[in-house]
Amino acid sequence: MSDLKSIECDLCIIGSGLAGMAAALFAAARGLSVVQMGHTGEIIFASGLLDLLGVHPVSEKRLWSDPWAAIDALVRDIPHHPYARLKKEDIKAAFDEILAFLEETGLTYHRNIDRNTGVLTSLGTVKTTYAVPHTMWKGVRALKEKSDCLIVDIRGLKGFSGRQIVAAFENEWSHLRSARISFPDSDHLNEMYTEHMANALLLPYNREKLAGVVQPLVKESSIVGLPAILGLYQTHEVISHLEELVGIPIFEIPTIPPSVPGLRLKEAFERGLRLKGVQYFSLTRALQVRQTAAGHFETQIGRDVVEHIVDSRGVILASGRFIGGGLHADRTHIRETILDSRGHLINQAGLAIDDAFRPLADSGGPAFESLFAAGSILAHNDWKRVKCGAGLAIATAFGAVNAFVRLCR
Amino acid sequence: MLIIGGGATGTGIARDLALRGVRCILVEQGDINAGTSGANHGLLHSGARYVSSDQGSAIECREEGALLKQMAPQCIDDAGGLFVAVEGDDEKYVAEFPHLCSECGIPVKELDLKEARELEPVLSDKLIAAYAVNDASIDPFKLSLENIAQAQELGCTLLRFTKVIGFEKKNNKIQATHLQDTVTGEKIIIDANQVVNASGAWAGEVAALAGVKIDIICSKGSLLVTHNRITDRVVNRLRASANADILVPGGTVSILGTTSIRIENLNQVYPTVEEVDAMVGEAVKMIPALENARFIRAYAGVRPLVGSRTASDDRNVSRSFALIDHTDDGLENFVSISGGKLTTYRLMAEKTADLVCGHLGVSKPCLTRTEPLPETQPGKWTQPGLAPKLWMQKHEPEDILLCECEMVPKSVVDSIVDAIRKQDGQPDLKAISLRSRIGKGACQGTFCGVRVTAYLFDQGELTFDQCLAGLREFLGKRWHGQYPTLWDKQLVQSELLEALYCGLFGLEL
Ligand SMILES: Cc1cc2nc3c(=O)[nH]c(=O)nc-3n(C[C@H](O)[C@H](O)[C@H](O)COP(=O)(O)OP(=O)(O)OC[C@H]3O[C@@H](n4cnc5c(N)ncnc54)[C@H](O)[C@@H]3O)c2cc1C
Ligand SMILES: Cc1cc2nc3c(=O)[nH]c(=O)nc-3n(C[C@H](O)[C@H](O)[C@H](O)COP(=O)(O)OP(=O)(O)OC[C@H]3O[C@@H](n4cnc5c(N)ncnc54)[C@H](O)[C@@H]3O)c2cc1C
Repeated sequence: MSDLKSIECDLCIIGSGLAGMAAALFAAARGLSVVQMGHTGEIIFASGLLDLLGVHPVSEKRLWSDPWAAIDALVRDIPHHPYARLKKEDIKAAFDEILAFLEETGLTYHRNIDRNTGVLTSLGTVKTTYAVPHTMWKGVRALKEKSDCLIVDIRGLKGFSGRQIVAAFENEWSHLRSARISFPDSDHLNEMYTEHMANALLLPYNREKLAGVVQPLVKESSIVGLPAILGLYQTHEVISHLEELVGIPIFEIPTIPPSVPGLRLKEAFERGLRLKGVQYFSLTRALQVRQTAAGHFETQIGRDVVEHIVDSRGVILASGRFIGGGLHADRTHIRETILDSRGHLINQAGLAIDDAFRPLADSGGPAFESLFAAGSILAHNDWKRVKCGAGLAIATAFGAVNAFVRLCR
Repeated sequence: MLIIGGGATGTGIARDLALRGVRCILVEQGDINAGTSGANHGLLHSGARYVSSDQGSAIECREEGALLKQMAPQCIDDAGGLFVAVEGDDEKYVAEFPHLCSECGIPVKELDLKEARELEPVLSDKLIAAYAVNDASIDPFKLSLENIAQAQELGCTLLRFTKVIGFEKKNNKIQATHLQDTVTGEKIIIDANQVVNASGAWAGEVAALAGVKIDIICSKGSLLVTHNRITDRVVNRLRASANADILVPGGTVSILGTTSIRIENLNQVYPTVEEVDAMVGEAVKMIPALENARFIRAYAGVRPLVGSRTASDDRNVSRSFALIDHTDDGLENFVSISGGKLTTYRLMAEKTADLVCGHLGVSKPCLTRTEPLPETQPGKWTQPGLAPKLWMQKHEPEDILLCECEMVPKSVVDSIVDAIRKQDGQPDLKAISLRSRIGKGACQGTFCGVRVTAYLFDQGELTFDQCLAGLREFLGKRWHGQYPTLWDKQLVQSELLEALYCGLFGLEL
């Protein structure tokens, strides 16, 4: 192992889900040198919608239209929720910074700063979220105004039924219709996959064919909704081209995984972070982390065996929960998977942290001076029920990076 | 004739009577096999399990098991079985076993330990004895669905989701039976000449509605389903019945069981974390590989044990059934049948039908000993591994898979929808999952739930409220089975399920 040359950096970020990506961005923007590694995690499943906070208390299923007021209430009732360790200004600043970055990479998001937004899902429910990809934004308005709307679904795409969505709004949205099409040149295929179609639509030729099928169905409708397949990237170009051809606005509806908007997020981050100098090892795991005598961390990384050693002043654990692999449960215990249970307390729900986002040891103090954690691995977050997945990842990454920066000073 | 209860016994009685030309109505508060018949081990007993505790039952099982293998082979995987003891097990029990088997006429063959481990390589290396017997596995869903299908063909009426809520009595007879549709709440009254109470563990409750007392002990048993089939044969622990001593293969999975816990409330029967832990902890002594096996869900059923409430361990109460003619209780046209086993359901049905035919003056003999159970469509899809086999054999490319874990294609859902429609039912997700492997694979409904729902919409089978309610109910039901198995990969799966249905869709709101 000693012949492996170590890579030196300020901060080593373990995980490339939303929390890891956000942390890498914040760190790079603050002038830190960053090495990051990870597999895919939840991000490729995720809908592309960025939640801030939608529901609290979970037991009452109370939906909030003002996410900031919801955060006040949540933090009052659940003082250990990770949001409690951040000022609201910081959470706002974190979102601003992320959305500006995504805009730069071509992935524009829209939101109402002080309000949650309702987005139509493929199940026919309305999902409460915060920041919405531009590809879905026009649908938000169509839903609110109950515009004359056509939902188009695709033969062979399982789990997406236009009729189902129409039925969901039977009594309240009379101008909602659905139609089924065959995706261009797919007659020989029986099953259609979102990624393949999104990829095909990168070619103008395929967009013309798709528009050719959709256009005659439009009739009196003033807007068209399609499953989220409108371009694997370059969505501005794909959608405006389609809109031009069809003649009316078009929006996307989030689907079950594999989710194209999730892939877009991942791709945008990877591309944008590379430009900012983040050194990223894909399909690579942190196999072991240990602290050196000098107070640095040595992280052994590789696919199966150690391929590199990262020598860093700080580490951020953004390794997710059970899906991401940051937590593992056997029949009797839940444990954190990289540092094991050595040194810090792991409660059932994830990592307990201090105000600087440092995992705690049994003693109650931080396990290491410069080991931080961010994202869904944190205890007490319950993102699936309170609807704060992306917000949690972004805000805690912001908190952790800033805490590290303060420590370095 | 009114039959109460759509489990193996009730559907078996319906078929038996239909073959004798007796017109019946069968009522069931849930769907077919909503009770114990839908929550058991699926072991077609050779009888060997009972040779020491209850020889009568052992012999009954031997006879009925052999008969069913001939009459209903489509429901049975004649896998054979082993009885094995490991270090520390009661050697006296082991020594007596072959002798007791021959006393009951049950074929048994001693295996040398090496041979046993060649047959089933996952067996512990601490074996001290091994015997081969004629155990098999049986698909209880298919069995009941086939029984009721033939009965209906011969004129029997099936009312699912219809619950008996009271009786009117007059002149030592049940004059009318009051029922309620459990979905719509609508009430109906049936005037029947004879009433058969085949409501299994609920027999005491139903009899009480008629003012009659039956002594029933209810004992919950939990079972655990593995992701893969662990053994080819049924494997029994060679000792007096205790927790987790049987592993039964069923298609592509294996089922480990069971426990025995007395319960009072029949409507809250769920497996617990403690039971799952205890079972895995015990079963690894026989099959160490179970320690790291992936378990995909657990479920629990209730044994109706008819007898006195004094027995200390409920496994020792006779499993042989109780057929009660309530004439002695002052009701001439009311009969209860309870207890017994899945293995002996046919015999229970025969005896019950003989009794009520006596009351009716019908002299036609029972035909189920000689008439094979016909194979029909609707029962077919419950067997693990069958849908994929057929799908691959006659692969029609447009027949896409709606459930990828268990490989259930569109055409199977179509044929199930048809069958449900024929039974005047509503083909929703729950009814379809009962009749197929949908939701029973590794994803536990994460993807197939959404896909089948969307598909049913496309076919015009659902309204939106039915769709969401159906999904919630389906996932709720799956959840009871999932939560005691939440570790390792199943926990990851369950997190994904929650991320999708709650995190994205907000289905819980
Ligand atoms: C189906 C689904 C739908 C969703 N919908 C929404 C939504 O509508 N709105 C919303 O806001 N959020 C949604 N999310 C969640 C959200 O997108 C975030 O992914 C989530 O909050 C978790 O982010 P994370 O970065 O903490 O963890 P993850 O995304 O799980 O990332 C963990 C990362 O750590 C890596 N890792 C683990 N162990 C190691 C190791 N040893 N070495 C190196 N790397 C390691 C993994 O490979 C992965 O890259 C959804 C998620 C899912 C699954
Ligand atoms: C854990 C466990 C494992 C088992 N394993 C095996 C095995 O491996 N092999 C074997 O041979 N046997 C086994 N058994 C036993 C076997 O499952 C049962 O003996 C058999 O299924 C009983 O069938 P049944 O039709 O009498 O009762 P049930 O299947 O319980 O049927 C009774 C029906 O009546 C309905 N009902 C109740 N009240 C009303 C009402 N008021 N109105 C309308 N309907 C009503 C119920 O919904 C139910 O569907 C096992 C039992 C358990 C609990």
